[in-house]
Amino acid sequence: MSLAGASPAPASGAVHVSLRGVSRIYPGRAAQPALHALGPIDLDLAPGEFFAVVGPSGCGKSTLLDVMAGLATVSAGSITFEGRSVNGAVPDGVGVVFQEDASFPWLTVTDNVAFGLREIGTPEATVKEKVSYALNFMGLGDFTQAYPAQLSGGMRQRVCIARTLVLEPRLILLDEPFGALDQQTRLLMGDELLRLWRETGATVLLITHALDEATMLADRVGVMSARPGRFLELVKTGWPRERDSTIVADSRFGQLTSRIWTLLRAESLRAMGHSRIAR
Amino acid sequence: MKARDSLLLILIVVAAWQVFHWIVGDIALRSPLVTARHALALLADPGFWPHLRETLLAFAEAFAIAMGIGLFIGLTLGASRLAGDVAEPILVALYSIPKVTLYPVILLIFGIGMPAKVAFGAIHGIVPISIFALNAIRNINPVYLRTGQVLRMSPLSATRKILIPAALPEIVTGIRVGFSLTLIGTLLGEMFGAQRGLGHMLLQAMTRHNMDAIMALTLLLVVFAAVVNAALLSLDRHLHSRA
Repeated sequence: MSLAGASPAPASGAVHVSLRGVSRIYPGRAAQPALHALGPIDLDLAPGEFFAVVGPSGCGKSTLLDVMAGLATVSAGSITFEGRSVNGAVPDGVGVVFQEDASFPWLTVTDNVAFGLREIGTPEATVKEKVSYALNFMGLGDFTQAYPAQLSGGMRQRVCIARTLVLEPRLILLDEPFGALDQQTRLLMGDELLRLWRETGATVLLITHALDEATMLADRVGVMSARPGRFLELVKTGWPRERDSTIVADSRFGQLTSRIWTLLRAESLRAMGHSRIAR
Repeated sequence: MKARDSLLLILIVVAAWQVFHWIVGDIALRSPLVTARHALALLADPGFWPHLRETLLAFAEAFAIAMGIGLFIGLTLGASRLAGDVAEPILVALYSIPKVTLYPVILLIFGIGMPAKVAFGAIHGIVPISIFALNAIRNINPVYLRTGQVLRMSPLSATRKILIPAALPEIVTGIRVGFSLTLIGTLLGEMFGAQRGLGHMLLQAMTRHNMDAIMALTLLLVVFAAVVNAALLSLDRHLHSRA
């Protein structure tokens, strides 16, 4: 038993997800002008790649995740996942972990994690097996019958991650999943995320506002501009696949983080309207 | 611990009643002991049971109608943001008018008797139940529904497995509030337009200044309301403690 997807990344070259000229514009209403939230964005994710996105607040990071997940439509451009077009419908094989606590308070931890499996009609014996594996993997083995209200924020987020994992998604999108957690918990959750990324072989896109988190976890970090969000630069970290949070002690970690910060600082100030300080 | 607290509270209320009785005098307020004795006598009187049965029947019908219509209005309006935005202030306005003003209208429609008191009870309960249900649906955390989208659930399945369970604690709170108001409405209906029922007995006792009967009936009603409310409250707490 493992969490690896049934079919590994398809052999359609080295591209798993592809975005071409993707933008999203919120149409204006009576008093409001139209809002150009995102793009145009071009991006290719390789199968099994860990990609992190950082950017100033309000730059459209979450919008990027929404259109990639099929939770929102694109205004221009196209997105393909495993060769098939994504526009406004969530494709099979995509899992999303949201920033907010999305665990269902009316279900126990076990029933929360089993929810998606039962929804697709998985036989109950298989559900049991997969859920118990995922619960142990996420360190929730002692809380199977607890309700989310009895758990800490970090553990509730782990429930949501486990609920996504058991469906064996080939693309996992995470929208600041650790944003509400304290620093130590975030580092430990980062370790767990790396572990499950290696084990599942899934392609991961992580949106975060923590630069150290992005540098520590990702193969590549996409630094976004202020709204409308575009990629200013894609920074390669060059970490080995076997890695954990101890790489924060690596000398290159500081260099990479400060590189990203330099790119981001000017943009963040611009986004906040402090153009004079930025100069 | 909890049972002990409840018992303590009852003792305090009875003690306060006794003290109040000593202050205002026996003519205005009977003592707890005398009232309890009269209430027991009432229960032992075979003539009392048809009245009780009549009231419980009217109340059960009114409450069932209030739940049915209230939940239908609330859930339907809650499903559409615009309809909810428009309807909510109207419902709240309806909630604040004293329903007694509508009583002549109800009497003219239904005549004196069972249908009038059922209708009067029901209109007290419909509005709070629908307001709570409406807000229960509107205030659902959007991330639950987004989770349903990511799991590629059909709208029907998402309604059944996400929307309703998420809204249930608030809906039960509304039903609890609706219960109390429907009971008040039913009794009021019996006071003004009926020949049977506890409300009718209460009004007769009032016109005859039969203090013993007034207090005994009130005690029985309080006990009934408190028992049902305690049951609903424990369900309510159970659902909310998980939220």
